[in-house]
This record gives sequence, structure tokens and C-alpha cells, in this order.
Amino acid sequence: MIDIVDVVTRRYHDSVRLMQVSRSIADMNGVQASMVAMGTDLNLELLSEMGFDTGHTTGSGADDLLIAVRADDQATADLARAEVDRLLTAAPRPAAGAPFTPPPPHTVESAADSVGANLALISVPGPHAFVEAMAALEHGMHVMVFSDNVSVEHELALKTKAATEDLLVMGPDCGTAIVHGLGLGFSNVVEPGPVAITGASGTGIQQLCCLFDASGVGVRHALGTGTRDLSAEIGARSTLAALDALDADPEVEVIVLVSKPPDPSVAESVGDAVSACRTPVVNAMLGSADVTLEAAARQAVEVLGKPWVEPPTWRTEIATSRSGALRGLFSGGTLRAEAKAIAEEGLGQLADEPGVPGHWLCDFGDDRYTRGRAHPMIDPAIRLDALAATIDDSETGVVVVDVVLGHAAHPDPASGLVPLVEDARNWGVAVIVSLCGSRGDPQGRDDQARRLMEAGAEVYQSNAAAAGRAVQLTEGVGGG
Amino acid sequence: MGDLNSLLDQEPVVAAAGVDLLADAIETQAGRVARTDWRPSAPGAEHALAILAADGRARPANRDAVERLLAVRPQLVDVVPAHSIVPDLSEGTLLHAGPPIEWADCSGPLRGALTGAMLYEGLAGNLEEAAALAPSILLSPCHHHGAVGPMAGVVSASMPVVVVEDAAGSGVAYATLNEGLGKVLRYGAYGPEVIERLEWMERVLGPTLGDAIRRHGPVDLGTIISQALQMGDDGHNRNRAATSLFLRQVGADLIASESVPVTDRSDVFRFIDSNDHFMLNLIMASGKLAVDAAAGVDGASLVTTMARNGTEFGVRLSGTGDTWFTAPAPIVDGLYLGSYTAADANPDIGDSAITETVGLGGFAMAAAPAIVGFVGGTADGAIRRTLEMYEITLAEHPSYRIPILEDRGTPTGIDATRVVRTGVVPQINTGVAGREPGVGMVGAGLVQAPMECFVEAVRSLAARPSAPTAAEDFRPWPDDDAAPYRDEIGGST
Repeated sequence: MIDIVDVVTRRYHDSVRLMQVSRSIADMNGVQASMVAMGTDLNLELLSEMGFDTGHTTGSGADDLLIAVRADDQATADLARAEVDRLLTAAPRPAAGAPFTPPPPHTVESAADSVGANLALISVPGPHAFVEAMAALEHGMHVMVFSDNVSVEHELALKTKAATEDLLVMGPDCGTAIVHGLGLGFSNVVEPGPVAITGASGTGIQQLCCLFDASGVGVRHALGTGTRDLSAEIGARSTLAALDALDADPEVEVIVLVSKPPDPSVAESVGDAVSACRTPVVNAMLGSADVTLEAAARQAVEVLGKPWVEPPTWRTEIATSRSGALRGLFSGGTLRAEAKAIAEEGLGQLADEPGVPGHWLCDFGDDRYTRGRAHPMIDPAIRLDALAATIDDSETGVVVVDVVLGHAAHPDPASGLVPLVEDARNWGVAVIVSLCGSRGDPQGRDDQARRLMEAGAEVYQSNAAAAGRAVQLTEGVGGG
Repeated sequence: MGDLNSLLDQEPVVAAAGVDLLADAIETQAGRVARTDWRPSAPGAEHALAILAADGRARPANRDAVERLLAVRPQLVDVVPAHSIVPDLSEGTLLHAGPPIEWADCSGPLRGALTGAMLYEGLAGNLEEAAALAPSILLSPCHHHGAVGPMAGVVSASMPVVVVEDAAGSGVAYATLNEGLGKVLRYGAYGPEVIERLEWMERVLGPTLGDAIRRHGPVDLGTIISQALQMGDDGHNRNRAATSLFLRQVGADLIASESVPVTDRSDVFRFIDSNDHFMLNLIMASGKLAVDAAAGVDGASLVTTMARNGTEFGVRLSGTGDTWFTAPAPIVDGLYLGSYTAADANPDIGDSAITETVGLGGFAMAAAPAIVGFVGGTADGAIRRTLEMYEITLAEHPSYRIPILEDRGTPTGIDATRVVRTGVVPQINTGVAGREPGVGMVGAGLVQAPMECFVEAVRSLAARPSAPTAAEDFRPWPDDDAAPYRDEIGGST
């Protein structure tokens, strides 16, 4: 049997609270008696009656806290002593249904405290995103930074901090993630499954999810790492961390690594990390026409030993176009990058900006188009205006557009596109749609596809197939 | 310390800041998400906030500073004449509330109080002499002398001051004795009844109370404050419980002052009993002790001073040395006495915002349902006000607790970067002085600290030299958010 008697000078707690603490301690296994009370004469007397040695409590008074514990052994006594401190310093929160209205949280940290969050989703305007994301990391949370217009220096600071805390930063400019089945940002509805995806590509991840969905293969995680993660400055910090974590997840049977064209030296170090993985990794780092998202998805499905199902297409007539240039108006950066690699095989160098002569493919989701406004997947106005102008342009022969479905995307993108597609058909401009959607997406993938098809577009779930078809039409091969 | 692998073990719980659409999408999937009522940071502070966020020193520095603040154990040890103990208080010097100020810039109540002090000290024989002398009087902020004063906060050499020491050894702080309400010096009144009262306080109150305290031994002010919060005080605008507790504690020793005539003893007892704010000055000195202990921590954005001189509102940070960051003092949103209106009110004045600086006053509003009239009359409003202050503070006070919040500690230790980042400014409970000298108190109410002070302070903190020379200067803190101040509950077996 062990007795502990502590005096903490000048530490006041009210007696009700102290009686609650005494009772909690007395209820602990192996504790025989306990008294936590202020050092009044009455309490000192009580303590003495309980058989505690009050020798060194002499001189303590009503402003001093007495802590007495009698336990079976030293370890239990120490545990109980520590529990007293914990109970007295713990910050209780009002129970639900408290008789007042708490103010809404103003910081991501206090929002997190209210639900016990472990992941912060930051989509505040770019100039403010760094401060919020850093605060979330300081608070011990993983962070997804949806915001763009964040500087490279700040991205590096966030990722360096995350590495020291064993936390993951997805972004900045990370549009898509799926964590344990929960879609964050722009994400398609997919079933749970054995696939994990990571890399610096939002729409690349979405395209892969949809292609897997077409083959009936589910996705467990998709960890976007931010547009610039595989640049020389950032050095794939988040992609490497994500790869490591995914490799350690026993439920993951195949990993697909996807990226817009990476920095060559970074691609090399990522390659080294890939070869160290125990889980099979399929490479979908874009940059040449022979690496496509469709080919990568197919390879992953084969690794799983599942049958590959060709991604669906929707077309009732074979579009024929007047002769002219290929113009691509994308909202997804990776979809554009993949289309560009495919188009340049056939058509040579392409421009990145609209309004120039010749072929061009533009990404309207890029930073310079989203400053101070919503992404075109949410608010399609900027791209619809550009599309109307492109159809009016007599040099345009073939137009390729992407349509991205899923959570957070526009509820009915076809509604804005259908009249323009009809207009294009009247002018003899062929419209090819790359439809990034899964069977379960809230917009209704097949309905969106049908309406676009009926307006005169050819619709492909595979972006690579859409790009290939657009190039074919531009080259005047026609047919189908 | 996070754990990257644990992120993937289960569906995440999300805290979202930014576009609602993304939180909506999580709810559509039946995911768990808490939304932030996010607002852009105060204009002009974006760059500074980013610099400080990237500077890894801020967090440990603030932990260190707030730990020092919370470790202070204030105890009243004596009452003595100011000249005998307050540093650098010569006969011709007058201390005042708030940031430094020249006579020419002083507001009515501060001029009134300074005039009264000149008459009281015999520096001037009448109002004309006082007016002539005023521009040459040496003015100095109380805060530069280890002291604090409510409202005008004027301290002169002959006034008795309380001596409040830290039982944990950090230092000492001073404050004058509270004169009561009505026509009093601190509200700018200087009529004969004011001067007479000051003289009685010097001759009878100070020595009698000092004698009682010395007989009693150190009075633990922290315990009185803790208990007063449980009894409906906020420690700034309501001090009825604290004053009663104080008087109960020293009463027996007051009665035992045999060297003092019994009528004086009973006058002293009655004076303290009839002034609900007697404890305010003692609480303020306790606060001053705490903020001085927290001053001078490199990189800390902890607010160590909020004080007003009737013309300007000033703020100081732990990490920016003695520099004051000031803005025009705001007008108090209050309830007025008699026929007074806001037009009669002077801009905000006094060092008493020291109470909010240490987690009392407006920050402990939830503990004081009796004075919810100041927040629109609802208890709900009082509680919301306190809850909102947790957004801008670094700690929850281990001893000052609020019963209705399940005994949660009061929000303590204002972080200027949080103020600027969230746009939530400290809420201060305060009295209102009349605009004209000599009028006195006209009301009481609430005031919001001006954001500009905090923006300037944060910019200055961000602009200080970066790059520490020795990494070991920066004490890394064990990541133990649940009980950061456990060490102070020491004791022996």
C-alpha cells in the first residue's frame, strides 16, 4: 500500500469540482482512498482521520490544494496522481444542447476542434491560403489546399513543415482527392476498391477513376499532390510521401502514379522511389504520346487480374468537319496535357493560348484564368464565351472540349454546351467531347452524354480517345 | 506529430475553410465536416502574417510567453506611499494611463485628473497655477513604472499604492487604491471633495490597510479572483464579489489594528465595503504582474499591454520590446448614467484593459450574467462574447474558470496574429468618463480594441531581423496540447 500526499501551493479550485475529481480518483482500479481538496483546517482534519500522514501539510491553508491518494502500489499511485492533474487541467467542452448558441468557428483550427478533424480542406483565396494551411499543420492536421495562386516559396515551406510533422500536404492547387472513399474537391463517385492513385494531377486522377469505374474496379485512395509537386523546385515532396503511405496500406493492391509532364530529374527520383515500392506501381506520368491515362488504367486493371472494359463512347453520326485548325478548350490541366501530347504527334507544335492562328489547346482552369473567380468546372461562363468565339472563328475546323462531372462540379454542364454544339454543327465545326464521368456521378453521366451527342458532338469517356479522334478529323482523315 | 499512415486507415474528418460548395460535397457523401466562418485577414497584414506563419519560432515563443503569464501567483503584500517604492517617480512626475502623451494632446478627463493631482500634491495652489504648470510637468505612462491605473490612471508621489508580488518570484507591480464611483480623480474630477478624499486615503486608508495586510500576511489575489468569477464577477466591470471576499479576508486584521483609532478602522471598513470596485485596482496590479512576466520573449506575438490614455489606444507585444502601437481611442458603446449621452463621453481611457489582457473582463463575460446589460441584455450574448475570445487567445486559464462553460478556463493570452488573421478584436468592458474635465463618470459599456494597433504590431514583429543566430535559443516545446501547463502543479510527496 502506498500513500501520496501532495500540497500544491496557491492553486484554487472550487469544492464541487474537487469532490468530482476525488470521486473519479477513488473509482480508479487499485485506488483505495483519495481526497483532493483545499487545505482548510476541516479538510486537514479529514485527511488525518483517513489515516494519511499530514506531517508535511503543516502550514498549508485554504489557498493551497491538497492531493492525497492511497493505492495498492506505487505505479497505481503515480497514475492516480497524474490523473488528478489531467482532470484539473482538462478543458471540458459544453455538452451538446447547451443553453446558448456558440459562435461559428473563425479558424480552421477551432472548426477542427469542434469535430475532432484530422484533415483541413483549404479553399480560401490564394493570398490567404498559406497562413491557413500552415495553421492547420501546426494544429497537427493533414491539409488539402484546393486554392491556387499560392507562391512556390510558400508551397515549399508547407511541404517542408509537413515532412517534419509526418503530415501530408495535398496542393496547393490540388483539385481532387479521395481518402478512404471520401471524395474531396472535384471527385467522381467511385466504388471502394483495391486501387490507389497519387500525383500532381487533378483531372488525371478523375480520368483514371472514371476509366476504372468503366471496368468495374473501385478506388480506395486518390491523393492529389498539387500541380507543381513534380517540378524541380518542389521535388515531388508530397508525391513521395503519399507513395510511401500508399505502399504501406495493406488494402492497396496497385498504385497508379499520375502527373502532368514532370521535371526530368524529379521524374528520375520518383522512379527510384517507385522501384522501392512493394506494391505494383503503374506509371502515368505524361509527356509523350505513348503514356496515356487509358493505357495506364488498362495496365493497372490487368495487374489486378480483372478484365478490361473499353471506356464507353456516344455517337450516332460520324462528324465531318470543314477543314481548319484544331482548338481545344479544357477545364482540366491534365486532360489538356494528355491531349496536347497526342495532338503534337500528328500536328506538330501547338499553341497554349486561344486567339492565335493555327492549332491551340488552352487550359481555362489555369491560375491566370481563375484569379478572383471560380474554376470553370464550377462556373463555366469564361469557357463558354471562349467556345462561342472559337466556333465563330472561320479558321476553326475541330473543337475538343472536356466535360468533368462529379462532386463539386457544375450540376448540369451540358445545358450550357448544347446550344453551342448545335451552332458548331450548323457551321460545320466538329465538336469532340472528352466526358470525365463515372456511372454514379450526380449529374447523370449517360444523360449528359446523350444530350451532347444529340446536339451533334461525339462523346468519349477516354480523353486519349477523344484527342485521337480530334486529331484524326483535323488531319482530314474523317470516317470512324 | 502527425502520422501519415493513420490518415489512410479510416474516413477522414474534415475541417473546411473557404468555398461552401466543397463542404456541401462532403455532406452529400455523408462525410463529417466542420465549416469555418472564414473572413479575410485585416487589410495590410497579409504579408506580415505569411512571414510569421513561415517563421517556426512563433509557436514556441508564444508558448513560452503565455506560460510565463500563467505562472504568476499574485499576492498583496503591502500598502505604502508611491514615492517610497514606485521606480522613477519624483515629486514633479505624474504617471497616467495608456501610451505616452503630451499635455497638449490630453483629453478632458486626463487633464482634469492631472490638475487634481497637482492640487493634491501642492504643486499648484489653484486652477490657474495648475494650468500654467501643466505643460512643464513630466508625464510618464504607469506601464513604464510597473504600475497600472484605472481610467485616467494618475499616480503621484504621495498616493498610497498596493504592492503586489509574485509568489513564484517574477517581480512586483503597483496600483493606487480605488476611490469609489462618482466624482473621483480617475474620471477627471478635481473638486475639493476629490482632493479631500485623496488626502484621507493618504492619511488613513493607506496606512490602516497596510498595517492590516502586514499583520495578515500575503493575500492571495489569484484565489480571490478565481472565486469571484464563480460568484458572478468579470474582474473588470463587476467586482462586487471580489471586493467582498477581500474584505472578509482582511477584516479581522483590520479590526485588530490597535494603533489606529477605532473610528478610522470602521471608516476604512465602510469605505471598502461601499465601493464595489475596490478590488479592481488589485486585480489590475495582478494583471500587470502577469504581463510583465510575459514581456520580452523574442518572436512572441502575445499581447502584453492594451491601454488607453483617453486620446490613443495602445498595444504592446511580448516580442516587440517597449514599442507602443497606437490608434485613436474609440468611443465606448455603453449605458449612460442619468441624462448623460454618448455626446458627453470621452474616448476610451484607462489601463484597466489589463484585465482583458489576462483573461478577465470582457473575456470572462460569460461568468457575469448580472452585467449582461452591457451586451444587449442577453446571457447568450455574454457567453458568445467569451467563446469568441477563445479564437484569439493562446491558452485557457488554469485557475480562472467559468461555471456555465463547464468550468472551462477563461480565454487568456491574446495572440495579435490571431486577431489580425480572424478580424476578431478583443472585447473590453469598461467605464466611461465625461468628455469635460471635472465631470467624472458618465456611464459604462463595451469597447472594441482598434484593429489598426494589432496590424501595426504584427507588421513590426514580422519586420524584425529574422534568422536566429543560435538554434538552441529556441526551446522546442513538447507537443502536448492537452495539458501544456501541467508543470506548475508540482508539489512533493
